[in-house]
Amino acid sequence: MPSVEIRKFVTQVEEIRHEGGPPAGQPAVRGAIAAVIANPYAGRYVEDIAGFMDDLKPLGLDMARRLIEALGGDAARIEGYGKGAIVGSAGELEHGALWHVPGGYAMRELLGGAKAIVPSAKKVGGLGTHIDIPITHKDASYVRSHFDAIEIGINDAPRANEIVLVLAMTSGPRVHARVGGLAASEIKGEDGLR
Amino acid sequence: MSTSIRKIVTVVEETQVEGGRSVSPPTRRAAAIAVIENPFAGQYVENLDVLIAIGEELGGLLGERAVAALGIPGDSVESYGKAACVGAEGELEHAAAILHPKLGAPFRKVLGKGAALIPSSKKRGGPGTPFDIPLGHKDAAYVRSHFDGMEVRVNDAPRDNEIVVAVAVTDSGRPHPRVGGLTKGEIKGEDGLR
Repeated sequence: MPSVEIRKFVTQVEEIRHEGGPPAGQPAVRGAIAAVIANPYAGRYVEDIAGFMDDLKPLGLDMARRLIEALGGDAARIEGYGKGAIVGSAGELEHGALWHVPGGYAMRELLGGAKAIVPSAKKVGGLGTHIDIPITHKDASYVRSHFDAIEIGINDAPRANEIVLVLAMTSGPRVHARVGGLAASEIKGEDGLR
Repeated sequence: MSTSIRKIVTVVEETQVEGGRSVSPPTRRAAAIAVIENPFAGQYVENLDVLIAIGEELGGLLGERAVAALGIPGDSVESYGKAACVGAEGELEHAAAILHPKLGAPFRKVLGKGAALIPSSKKRGGPGTPFDIPLGHKDAAYVRSHFDGMEVRVNDAPRDNEIVVAVAVTDSGRPHPRVGGLTKGEIKGEDGLR
């Protein structure tokens, strides 16, 4: 099994006080962490790649821990999440799909409960490619106030033989959420949807 | 606080591998970025004292945020820099008013010291414009291993009537520096240059 070779981590946190409306009592925070790793399958077609998902699990947990820390250290404050991957040009989109299991597992492990599917995005790109990580409520996908996205990119990654793996978390709703729908207070919490 | 801050973004980069070789300990750098309203957008105003005062407030606030994101004591910071990106309806001089007269003193206070000029850059741009914060050693501008730059961007800023203001700090120079020049071990610390 290939080892996970990490070149760099980038962590970004946004503290949002307002977006033209009334300032939030407690500012919303949202953040993303990206790891730039070597793509062990770059440059050739490899049929059997699924084993790499297990290799990525420790990295996923490390990233989730780092991100929670960057967001203030209290996992109980995290309400939304998402994940994504940017595969360098010598790799396949399918290599980005290797992140679904370890990325989702890591956040669920640390956030507790978290029954909702972790929304995700993936793409192939070059240096500086940005990606929009979709965000939904971690316990109920249909909570409308928590539909969001966080854009992230790294100016010097991914190189052709690299993959950028991303986890994202938010402290709550959009700062001026007011378009109705299922509210976080109405979550039943049975199926991860409502 | 007289500054109208819409959001604050922090970014931390940790480089573990560069040029295929391990960087031990990893090099780390952080930027703290504020998105503020430009009180003079769309009009020519002769006296820029309001922006100068905003710069003074942001020097302390962003300095503290950047050092906290790096997670080291202020006096352990090795290099620093500052930059601003003015929205479409502002002047470059607005960025100058924030960056140059009074931002430096409170920023340096967070670091304990800082004899060297704080390298800077400025530009005008729209939402998502990337801009580079130049970096130099905080006590001796000629330390060659610490000449660097950190690219940052905020996807939804600056709007036309906003200014994005950023400072950056590091715990190190470039990974694997090997182009000679003054080293940090040779700093005399008398004039901020050598």
